[in-house]
Amino acid sequence: MAEVLVVTSGKGGVGKTTSTAALGAALAQTGQSVCVVDFDVGLRNLDLVMGAERRVVYDLINVVQGDANLNQALIRDKRIDTLSLLPASQTRDKDALTAEGVERVINELKGRFDWIICDSPAGIERGAYFAMRHADLAVIVTNPEVSSVRDSDRIIGLLDSKTEKAERGETMEKLLLLTRYDPVRAERGDMLKVDDVLEILSIGLLGIIPESPEVLKASNLGSPVTLANPISAPARAYADAARRLRGETIQMTVPSDRKGFFGNLFGRRAAA
Amino acid sequence: MSVLRFFTRRSSAPAARERLQLLLAHERAVFGRTDLVALLQDEILAVIAKHVAIDPEKVRVKLDRQDTLATLEVDIEIRTPAAGALKLAG
Repeated sequence: MAEVLVVTSGKGGVGKTTSTAALGAALAQTGQSVCVVDFDVGLRNLDLVMGAERRVVYDLINVVQGDANLNQALIRDKRIDTLSLLPASQTRDKDALTAEGVERVINELKGRFDWIICDSPAGIERGAYFAMRHADLAVIVTNPEVSSVRDSDRIIGLLDSKTEKAERGETMEKLLLLTRYDPVRAERGDMLKVDDVLEILSIGLLGIIPESPEVLKASNLGSPVTLANPISAPARAYADAARRLRGETIQMTVPSDRKGFFGNLFGRRAAA
Repeated sequence: MSVLRFFTRRSSAPAARERLQLLLAHERAVFGRTDLVALLQDEILAVIAKHVAIDPEKVRVKLDRQDTLATLEVDIEIRTPAAGALKLAG
């Protein structure tokens, strides 16, 4: 049974697209078939982060409006053949997405893939609403910083009220993916700790992605960090998160490029 | 001086945590996230507001959860009659 996952945050620039690409690639590396869908209509970037920007012919809006079918629009990753991308369009018209159209596309994708990962645009407008609408599970990407935590809280409120699952009276599972985390600064008391953010948002924990130059290097190259440098700290953190999504119990650590010291020091158990 | 400041330096994360907890308790009430603290804040306020004039800005509701017990801290500033009179006079 296909699982629909939304990667969302409210605030922009916290790592939604990076995380969508990295989690999608990591899940696909475990042998699952994965489709990552860019819902950021008008400002598509998932194609660029995944290195497929020159292969975009048709996009989500073309499929929603019936101008192209999924086979024409889906871009299969050249590195992992179980990973596909459905890009957003560059058109400025956000009204081009319709509720019926999005539902039809998601249902069709569910028939073809194990995982559908919807990369939400920032904000709480139409695009974000459509991205979360059909989700079974939400990954809340948050930086340990006040404005990001506040916006995540708003998004959690919307996930609990505006999604199909919420409207059916079911509880949407929401998991925190804490990105750009620096255990040294947190320990020094100058950055919110993992537990602070978890307590404030009252959700489970999917993973802690350490601040690392490897993330920028990977996006420079157009490769999910889990593929660009699989042994780097953020790649290992994303790979662990992907395995947790598959139901495995993996000890929660903050991987470090500096010989695993913090990984041991900050070992904790996943809430998920 | 800088050495002294180094040792007495207050960390900033607890401030972030406290500010967020206060803000989100309020925002959840406004935006409708069903949350115990927000719900309590609304209902406690409604009861008190029936009898005394209170400034919603000067209300703090804080829920601290520990392993075995939780404490609910309600801090409400109420204008004294004297201050009210002063304000009226002003």
